Amino acid sequence: MSLITQFTKGIGRENPVFRLLLGMCPTLAVTTEAVNGLAMGLATTFVLVCANVVISLLRNVIPSKVRIPCFIVIIATFVTVVDLVMNGFVHDLHKTLGVFIPLIVVNCVILGRAEAYASKNGSMLALADGLGMGLGFTLSLTILGAVRELFGNGSVFGMELLGSGYHPVIIMILPPGAFISLGLILAAINHYGKLRADSA
Amino acid sequence: MKGIAKLVLVLALVCVAAALGLSVVEQLTREPIAQALRKELLDAVEAVLPSFDNAPDEDKIVIEERVYYVGKKDGVPVGAAFKVSTMEGYSGLITALVGVNPGGEVNGVSILIHTETPGLGAKFTDSEYLKQFKGKELSTAQWLVKKDGGDFDQITGATVTPRALVAAIESGLTSFTTDKAKIFAAREDKR
Repeated sequence: MSLITQFTKGIGRENPVFRLLLGMCPTLAVTTEAVNGLAMGLATTFVLVCANVVISLLRNVIPSKVRIPCFIVIIATFVTVVDLVMNGFVHDLHKTLGVFIPLIVVNCVILGRAEAYASKNGSMLALADGLGMGLGFTLSLTILGAVRELFGNGSVFGMELLGSGYHPVIIMILPPGAFISLGLILAAINHYGKLRADSA
Repeated sequence: MKGIAKLVLVLALVCVAAALGLSVVEQLTREPIAQALRKELLDAVEAVLPSFDNAPDEDKIVIEERVYYVGKKDGVPVGAAFKVSTMEGYSGLITALVGVNPGGEVNGVSILIHTETPGLGAKFTDSEYLKQFKGKELSTAQWLVKKDGGDFDQITGATVTPRALVAAIESGLTSFTTDKAKIFAAREDKR
């Protein structure tokens, strides 16, 4: 498969959030605002790309019996790097995302890609795969965050869009709003996908 | 046996490499993190004290584990800021910074940490809400929300949060009153 298809499959056909329903914990928890979703997505993308490349380079060195502990150590290292760097340079964002940054370690998208793809393919392919999956994850979280922020606060990326007359639906930025928004988005995507499959 | 040795060796090498990498990153980020934390504290102190020209985090005074950040202008103390915490809120820990002038009047309150419900309890972080504490004193104000017969506004649909905050500020002010002489005296000694 070419690099391009490896890259695009993560954004569209095999989108980790909207198609595979992986990594639901950060997806539901941090998407109260579009900017939180974007930041969480980019942090995850960084970890995913770095872990994918390193694991792919070491795939012939690591014996299969200890591969899971090795993968976890590698992933945890990059997560700690992200945690430290964000704490130092984007402190407010780091405070908002809080415990969900260290929890990137247990994001099943990352271990899933390491196990299913990076440990069996070359580093360029693994890079494209990680980048595509990461950006697909970022895109999904940003969309979900934007929808919730729009209805729950009348703004997107902090910009007031619905005017001061709009009465915010607070439930949209509370936990139930995450499930409701995600469910509606998934329904819309499946409906659209079905229409396309029928017409083909 | 040889097989196990190889497994252990590879895993150990991966861990050593990870530890080395992390120690480098930690060294590089130590200074920026310290600066970000300091800026966060100073911004909060600035919000609750009258204007000052010293570094309150260096002029801090610790009395029985209670930390007071003293703000000074031209060497004269203009107030002290201290943290109050409570677990009595609606969900989890609330930490606020209270700024008091030397006379004992509250100058400002700012919320540092909370996990109250967005749109309800979380409204207590609004400056509109917090400005009601300005000018209040421990002895002259009734430190309860209005619903309980006190002087402070509650928030519609969220009485628990303001009740916890008012009680926390009151207990902080009680400690401050005890320590007041020491806070400003200790400063004189240093100069």
